[in-house]
Amino acid sequence: MERGSKLSRSLTGLLVGTSSIIQQRTFGVSPVAAAIQKMTRVRVVDNSSLGNTPYHRAPRVIHVYTKNGVGKVGDRVLLAIKGQKKKALIVGHKMPGERMSPRFDSNNVVLIEENGNPTGTRIKVPIPTHLRKLEGDFSKVLAIASSFV
Amino acid sequence: MAACAKGLDKLIFSLRSLRNLQLRNERGLSTSVCRPSPREDNDPPKFTPPPKPVVIDKTQTVASMRKFLSPEFIPPRQRTDPFKFSMERKDMVRRRKVLNIPEFYAGSILAVTMADPNASGKMNRFVGICIQRGGKGLGATFVLRNIIDNQGVEICYEMYSPRIQSVEVLKLEKRLDDNLMYLRDALPEYSTVDPDMKPESCSTSGEVPVNKIKVRMLPKPWSKHWERPRFGIQGIRFDLCMTPRQMEFVQKWAQPWQEYDMLKEYDTSRLEEQIFSEVQREMSK
Repeated sequence: MERGSKLSRSLTGLLVGTSSIIQQRTFGVSPVAAAIQKMTRVRVVDNSSLGNTPYHRAPRVIHVYTKNGVGKVGDRVLLAIKGQKKKALIVGHKMPGERMSPRFDSNNVVLIEENGNPTGTRIKVPIPTHLRKLEGDFSKVLAIASSFV
Repeated sequence: MAACAKGLDKLIFSLRSLRNLQLRNERGLSTSVCRPSPREDNDPPKFTPPPKPVVIDKTQTVASMRKFLSPEFIPPRQRTDPFKFSMERKDMVRRRKVLNIPEFYAGSILAVTMADPNASGKMNRFVGICIQRGGKGLGATFVLRNIIDNQGVEICYEMYSPRIQSVEVLKLEKRLDDNLMYLRDALPEYSTVDPDMKPESCSTSGEVPVNKIKVRMLPKPWSKHWERPRFGIQGIRFDLCMTPRQMEFVQKWAQPWQEYDMLKEYDTSRLEEQIFSEVQREMSK
């Protein structure tokens, strides 16, 4: 009996050890370096409750408000987040932009209301400074940023 | 002492001639004699003058004593007129006379101050680890990477851009690889650099220290298949993230015949010597 239990324990240990290897996805599930387009999964970087409560589906871009459908820093997008539609502002993406401008490791957005005011009160990650140069009213988003890079 | 040395010389000469003779006659007889040490133990120690005091002028930046030519000076192997590259070298030297661009490698920690009309104070200082050096001529770039507030940030700087105000090496070292792009897929601790780091002094002569650290990676998928032989990466702990069977399987992509392709050889050693002397001449003007 005891031997059997030990065997089963060792077997389960083996299974757990191998399952961690098996469960690894060896293929990427999104383009690594691409600007933001429809169905891009994004990271919400402000402290709004909507963007920070865990949910089983990552927020996705369902529309980009540009002429060509590709969103860069400073463009507005429509997100599907927790089963709702919500507008957001792109504040950083993985695709390298111009020289001497930062490139981030994740696609960052800040949730905004219909009138352009941010939903949260604080942005947790650095914001590219060239957002100041772009036309559009980002002053309230820039005001809640904690650091610039 | 001198007489002893002269006697020794004579002895060695006679021995050599003897050996030559013997070589002619019969081979295989060794005539090598243990050379007596020229200095006896009971000699009084020689007077050695005390070392001269070295006055270091701290106001001036210490020029590196090792011979270093920045890799962007070497033109790529192509059919472009070499005159274009010589013109670019002149401009690069003119820029280097104004802006001190120190010696650095992928893996060194740099601090770059650039003019930024959008930033507060019109200046932007970024500290990070150099993960890549790219480009030739005036368009040379380097990429700095750091993790700020748990967010990985990379900035690609143009080395000869007029926006750059200063380039400072905080820690001079090399890594096992020339391209550290895999730090994007490594644990964040390996690319985290303190932004208020003080510059570490490094000897201006001798070899650049090589940091033989091997990084641990995040779980797959990675941005690239770093394990494949095309990259030839040494600085990753592959044993933690791959089974031996997978390691063996990856060798399917190896192209071991490529290193014997003589058309792909590009020996820059002579070119480097030439350009180095040219740049030294121009810089001293």
